[in-house]
Amino acid sequence: MRVFDDVGRGTINVFAYAGGLAELFGDTLRFIVALRIRVREALDQAYLLGVQSWSIVLLTSLFTGMVFSLESAVQAVNYGVGNLVGGVVAFSTARELGPMLSAVVVAGRTGAAIAAELGSMVVTEQIEALQALGLSPTRMLVVPRLLALLVMLPLLTMIADVVSMVGGMWVANFYAHISYESFIDSARFALPFEDVLKGLIKAAVFGIIIAMVGAYQGLSTRGGAAGVGRSTTNAVVISIILIFIFNFALSYVLFGST
Amino acid sequence: MAVWARLDDVCVRYGSKIVMQNLSLDIVEGAITCIIGLSGAGKSTILRLLNGLKKPDSGRVFVRGHDVTEMPENELIDFRRSIGFSFQFAALFDSLTVGENVALPLREHTKMSEDEIRAAVAANLEAVGLAHLEDRYPAELSGGMVKRAGFARAVVTNPEAVLYDEPTTGLDPIITHILTDLIVKLRKRLNGTAVVVSHDLESIYMMADYIAMLFEGAIVAYGTVDEIRRSPNPIVQQFLQGSEVGPIPI
Repeated sequence: MRVFDDVGRGTINVFAYAGGLAELFGDTLRFIVALRIRVREALDQAYLLGVQSWSIVLLTSLFTGMVFSLESAVQAVNYGVGNLVGGVVAFSTARELGPMLSAVVVAGRTGAAIAAELGSMVVTEQIEALQALGLSPTRMLVVPRLLALLVMLPLLTMIADVVSMVGGMWVANFYAHISYESFIDSARFALPFEDVLKGLIKAAVFGIIIAMVGAYQGLSTRGGAAGVGRSTTNAVVISIILIFIFNFALSYVLFGST
Repeated sequence: MAVWARLDDVCVRYGSKIVMQNLSLDIVEGAITCIIGLSGAGKSTILRLLNGLKKPDSGRVFVRGHDVTEMPENELIDFRRSIGFSFQFAALFDSLTVGENVALPLREHTKMSEDEIRAAVAANLEAVGLAHLEDRYPAELSGGMVKRAGFARAVVTNPEAVLYDEPTTGLDPIITHILTDLIVKLRKRLNGTAVVVSHDLESIYMMADYIAMLFEGAIVAYGTVDEIRRSPNPIVQQFLQGSEVGPIPI
């Protein structure tokens, strides 16, 4: 019986969480549609959450592109298809690696920061203070963070795409002696511009997930410093799980037939 | 006597703990009502009920005849603009300077020019003795200064009513006297209502028009300062005298 209790409680919790998240997202959209946006705050958040993440995104994508090329280039040359390496690296980077890698890195850095900041505001009564002043925490805090990540994650993904391909191209040239021209030609042939855009659409969706989960976790914080710690951890874990699930769904919808 | 707010048969629970049980209380318009009671008795919860930050588990809360318990959140946001709230630990926004904290409600809710906002912020900070600290961040201030800044933010919009959650706790006697005096002057200037939760009996005797004592989830005594001080209720007398002996379990 205890198993049924646990399953039942777990199911209720999942639906309650999804409902709460959807409600917060709906509220946030309502303010955006009504153009009740604090532009200055959104720009500040774009800098804090996006611009300050560029170095970590650059490093992780550079080495991922390099290792991807390292694993594939020598094998490809051995099989006589070295001219396809550029296409393979570009194809996988723009469609999957770039958006996913950027999103996971940003979820770890930024999702945690959002949850920790808003969580601290809850336990120090700053959220209640906003409400007491007749201000909506959603408009003041969630809308700027959502807009910031909605714009900045695709931009970071573009950087990740380019850096990853450059790293891959360099490794392919250094280890497998594949010329830059051959790598670029192959990439151009294999990767239509439309796929790059679809990768950026994925990044935008991941940006929404990170902002909303971080904000929801932060605003749901209970129980002082320990609660803030729990919220921060949950924000990262839940964001990453949702990013993987949505990545599959988006790949199926956007690239399913190609 | 007009009633500004009414708590009607209110019950509140936190988990399994019952904080209020069929509590009813009228807050007189244009008066300073002080709420006293033991720590953890639910005094601050009364303030949160009055501005809709907390919904009761049952019962009704009316403010100016409007049922706060039935208001959706977007209506509550507008409703709260006319009620100032001074938090126990100030709840200043730590990413903003003291001046920006005090200016925030003016920037968000009024069409005042920046010059007018600056003047209003300066006047309110001066009134609480913080004129020179406008550009400091809350983390750079002492606890008492933070509390005074929170006080200035609560009253900067000249609200029709102000809710004070332990406004003088932890402050030195001089600042306590200044803030108590300020609560009285502000009530007179705005011709408004004030509800003060406090343990500071000296301040309460100075400012209160009415005192309500909360004990075990209900109002056990209500009256003017003299009436409460002369109350025959042993709970009230034990509390006022700070005695260990009496019906209040320690």
